[in-house]
Amino acid sequence: MKQIWNDIHGEVHPFSALDFLPREQMRGLQSQRLRDIVKLAYEKVELYRNRMKEMGVTPDDIKSIDDISKLPFMQKTDLRDTYPDGLFAVEMKDIVRVHASSGTTGKPIVVAYTDEDLKVWNSSIIRCLKMYGVKSGDVVQNCYGYGLFTGGLGLHDGSQALGCTVIPASGGNSERQLMLMQDLKTTVFASTPSYFMHLIEEGKARGVDFKKLPLRIGVFGGEPSSDAMRKFIADNTNVIPYDIYGLSEIVGPGVGGECQHKCGMHILEDNFYPEIVDPDTGEVLPDGEEGELVLSTLTKRAMPVLRYRTHDITSIIAEPCKCGRTIRRISRISKRSDDMLIIRGVNVFPSQIEIGISRVEETTPNFRILREMKNDMESLTVEVEIQDKYYGDSLETIEKIRRKIQASIVQIVNIRIDVKIVEPNSIPRSQGKIKRVYDNRKV
Amino acid sequence: MRINQVSVFLGNTPGRLESMCKSLADAGVNMETLTITESADHGIVRMIVSDPDKAVEALSAQGFTPKKVEVLAVEVDDTPGALLAVLQKTRQAGVNVEYMYDMTKPFSSRPVMIMSFKDIDAAEKILQ
Repeated sequence: MKQIWNDIHGEVHPFSALDFLPREQMRGLQSQRLRDIVKLAYEKVELYRNRMKEMGVTPDDIKSIDDISKLPFMQKTDLRDTYPDGLFAVEMKDIVRVHASSGTTGKPIVVAYTDEDLKVWNSSIIRCLKMYGVKSGDVVQNCYGYGLFTGGLGLHDGSQALGCTVIPASGGNSERQLMLMQDLKTTVFASTPSYFMHLIEEGKARGVDFKKLPLRIGVFGGEPSSDAMRKFIADNTNVIPYDIYGLSEIVGPGVGGECQHKCGMHILEDNFYPEIVDPDTGEVLPDGEEGELVLSTLTKRAMPVLRYRTHDITSIIAEPCKCGRTIRRISRISKRSDDMLIIRGVNVFPSQIEIGISRVEETTPNFRILREMKNDMESLTVEVEIQDKYYGDSLETIEKIRRKIQASIVQIVNIRIDVKIVEPNSIPRSQGKIKRVYDNRKV
Repeated sequence: MRINQVSVFLGNTPGRLESMCKSLADAGVNMETLTITESADHGIVRMIVSDPDKAVEALSAQGFTPKKVEVLAVEVDDTPGALLAVLQKTRQAGVNVEYMYDMTKPFSSRPVMIMSFKDIDAAEKILQ
C-alpha cells in the first residue's frame, strides 16, 4: 500500500484515518452529517426552528455542506440565554455528562454530551495527541482544571483511552506539580503555555532543571502560545510545544491541533466545521482570508451548536500539509475580535504588543498592558521584564533597552505606547489563562 | 584600591528599598555606604557592604537581581582641591568617571571616594 502520510510519529491510529480522507469524501461526509444535525436541531430545539423560520430556511434547503451559510449564526449570548437546557436536542435521560463555563457574568453556559458525543470527543482528543506524537505508555500530567471546566476531564479521558498514564494534577500548587513531574517521570505536560512557563521559573528557583527531566511534549491550550513563549520553553526545556484548540461551547479541547510541521492547527472538520466570516458583516470569506472563525458541530447530538461565532481571528489554510493530512488548518490564533483596544483611534491587539516586545532580544515573555486615563484620554503603558543579566549597574543600559522596545512596538501598532522596565518577577504569573491587560481606568 | 560594589535594580515604588534592606539585615550584611540613582519608574541602588558575596546571595534568594561591580576606592585628603587633583590625573590619562560617591568608613579616617570607570585597570594604574 502506498504510504499517504508523512507523519514522523509512524503508524496512524485508526481514529486518525479521517485526518487523511480525500477532500471529496470529506465533503460528502460533512454534507451528510450537516443534513442530519440540522434536521435534529430544527425538530428538537425551538431556538433553531424559530431562527430558521425567520430566515425562511427549512432543513430541506440544506443539501450540501456549502448550504451551511444559509443557517443563522449563534452567539455566546444565545447559549447563556437558553440556560440551562434550552439547546438540548435529546432527552435528559440520554445526556450522560454536562460541563459549564466559569460564568464570570451571571449564569454559566451549560454544555451537554450523550454517550456517543463523549466517544466522538475522546476520539478527537486522541487524533490531536497522535499529531503531537503522544503514545500509549506516555505519562500525561494534566494541569487543566478538573470539574465543570471541559479541559480537565476532556483531556483526561482522551489520554487514558489512548493508553497513557494520566496524572490528574489539575491546576495550581506549583511545588506539588514539580514533585509529581519528577517522581512520576512525566513525559507529556498539558496546561496553558503561560502556566508551564511559570512552572519553569518556579523550578529554577528550586533547582529543578527541566532539561534533565524526561518531559518531551507540551499540550498547550486555553490561550495561543506566542513565539516568545515557545522560545522560552525551547531555551529551558526539551519539550516540543504543540497547541491544542478547543472551546467549551463547541466541545472542549480537541477541536484541532498542530502536527509536527507546526504550520497552523488542523481542524477535525468532519466533527467541527470551520468557516471564516467578516466579523462586521458576517459574510463568508474564502480560504486564506483573515476573519472570524465560525464553528459548527456536525456530530454532537446532545447540544448541536451551529455557526458559532468564536471571536477568534484567523484564516483557513487549504493547501495540503506536509504531514499528509487533508483536513484543513487554521493559522495560529493571535487575535480576538473582542480583545481589540482602541487607543487614540488606532486598533491595537495585545498580540501585536507581544510581537513588538519579543523582537527585542533583551526581553522576556513576561509583560503586561495597563489601560490608563491620562488627560481624559485613554493611554497604554506596557510593563516589561528584561532578562536578568541586563539589570546591570547602569540606568543608561536600561533606558536604551526601554527605547528599543518602544520603537519596536511603534513599528507594529503605529502609535507611541509608554514602556516601563520593571523588576524581575514583579508581573503577576498565571495559574491558568494568562492575563495581559489590566484596566486601571477610573470609571 | 579595587573593591566590589553591589548594584540592585529596584522599581520606584513604596516598600522596595525597605524590603531590600530587610533582606540584607536578615542575612547580617552591613551597609557601609549607599547611593541611589533614580528615574521616574525605577532606580539603581549602589552600595558597599561588609560581605558582597553574602549580599548577592541573600538578595538573589529574595528575587532581586543584584550585580557585583568592581569600583575603585580612592582615598583623598580632606582639603580644598584634593578631589580636583585626582580628577586632573584621570582627565590627563583620558579615563572617564562614570559615577562617584563618598564613604568614610571603614578604611580610613580620611574621605574615600567610590569611583566607577569603564576602564578600571587604566584608572587603577593612574591613581595608585
